[in-house]
Amino acid sequence: MSDTVLSVRNISKSFGNIHAVRDVSFDVRKGEVLGLIGPNGSGKSTLFNCVLGQLTPNQGEVMVNGRPVSGMRSNDLNKLGVGRTFQQLSVFPQMTVLDNIILAGQEHHGTMLTRLFGKPDAGLTPEADQMIEFFKLEHLRDEMAGSLSYGQQKLLDAAMAFMAGPSLVLLDEPAGGVNLTMLGHLKERLKTYNESHNTTFVVIEHNMEFVMSLCSRIIVLAEGAIIAEGSPDEIRSNQQVIDAYLGG
Amino acid sequence: MKRNLFLLAGLIALFLLPIGQGNYFILILCSWLMFTIAAMGLNLTLGYAGQISLAQASFIGIGAYVTAIMTLAGIHWILAALASVIVCFVIGILIGFPALRVKGHFLAFVTLAFNQLVVLVARNEDWLTGGSYGKFNMPRPDFGFYHIRTNLDMYYMIVVIFVIFAVLMYGLIRSPWGRAFKALRENPIRAESLGVDTRRITLLAFAVGSASAGLAGAIMSPLVQFIEPNSFALLHSLKILLMVIVGGAGYFFGPMLGAAVVILLPEFLRFTEGYYLIIYSAMVIILMVFSPAGLMGIGEKILTKIRPNQQVRKDMEKGAQL
Repeated sequence: MSDTVLSVRNISKSFGNIHAVRDVSFDVRKGEVLGLIGPNGSGKSTLFNCVLGQLTPNQGEVMVNGRPVSGMRSNDLNKLGVGRTFQQLSVFPQMTVLDNIILAGQEHHGTMLTRLFGKPDAGLTPEADQMIEFFKLEHLRDEMAGSLSYGQQKLLDAAMAFMAGPSLVLLDEPAGGVNLTMLGHLKERLKTYNESHNTTFVVIEHNMEFVMSLCSRIIVLAEGAIIAEGSPDEIRSNQQVIDAYLGG
Repeated sequence: MKRNLFLLAGLIALFLLPIGQGNYFILILCSWLMFTIAAMGLNLTLGYAGQISLAQASFIGIGAYVTAIMTLAGIHWILAALASVIVCFVIGILIGFPALRVKGHFLAFVTLAFNQLVVLVARNEDWLTGGSYGKFNMPRPDFGFYHIRTNLDMYYMIVVIFVIFAVLMYGLIRSPWGRAFKALRENPIRAESLGVDTRRITLLAFAVGSASAGLAGAIMSPLVQFIEPNSFALLHSLKILLMVIVGGAGYFFGPMLGAAVVILLPEFLRFTEGYYLIIYSAMVIILMVFSPAGLMGIGEKILTKIRPNQQVRKDMEKGAQL
């Protein structure tokens, strides 16, 4: 059986005359942490949105665990084992941290009817507490998510993405706006989770230090096409990448 | 413990309220509880799930007409009430479909048009609804062991229905469905990415809210024993919206307080004679200016002062967002 979790095949996406993504193909294996980097306007977010079903590509196909998912609604994609975080803060501010985490898992337990007539927490409190503890948010468990600091909300966002036990998690600029202390903590948690659960990550990020230390492989996009692919060390020394993105 | 004592005191108060009161005041109390049920339904749709609806009175109308037609045909009120709730649930799902495409003010207009449509059908389809003359002399329920004859009998029947309804509504809001409703209100895109079927939840928010109004309509029919199309016009939908906003949208007890302000307060102000509507309107305006989160918002602010750890809900600082 193939260990490819995500397979992107010949994806192209245009908006009028603007070719945002041009014939991009890559595979991501189980347990791999793939970084997707490139200058602004290079097509990273468009590619992400094509993978997540929020945009329909003009051409090409996306497969998750061997199943075509192009055009699939994001709730169905989530049920297939795809989690994600958002570039902007995306927690539910007027729900407690615990409720945010339970919500992230409840749709994977039982049916609509059992969720109506079953336990209010869908039996997820112990599991949610473990996740809260893993991300070291236990002192904030019963606080409203909206009252957390920016970095804490980023951690909560990540915890929510992992609650349903996904096989693939797409992280959209997880380090954006996070202070250095919190950033180190976030990176360490992501690494630990990846190692302990063998979960596959695809990370879009502009923070080079964060990407280079977290990812095992990096793809560089420029003007909608892949210009380089390799290990962090190979990418660092690639002249084309230095010219297009990293700079001298 | 404190909370349970508070609930018990409220329950006892509900049973004691009509004692020694005149027939008219008891009728007002019945209206208050009936409108509270409809407002709690709208509170679920608007306050918890964030979907605006200006059609709540039309669903009371549908429920009232279904019950009237069935009970006048000799069918027992319980079956008629059940049919009213089911019919409104199904129509609520249908009225929810536009909410999948339009939001905010546009959705308000869609529901407003639906309310108008129901009133027009009620007015023009004489063969079914009695047209402008409406339906009258609907029998009051007879449960064998308890035959409803007076307004006081009717009141106690409504109290029992209200308590059962409130317990069910509380269970729904505390359930994973309730969590999904709130997620829909706060961040539908994130909710969907976490597996919440936002389309289904949106339709359910409308369906449950509408079914609640259908139940209120089923109570209204034997309560007032006369219904006509104007009783369900847009003005009444706005009144129910006012109940939700004044009480505090998204708060469980908000609609109860809001309905008390809209239904009971004008009655208490009648001693001011011609000025009571002016005073009532001024009080509502002042309340909305100083506490957009309604009466429950004031309660929370007071709690914050007494217990600084208690945090006022940030989304309600500016009131319900329509």
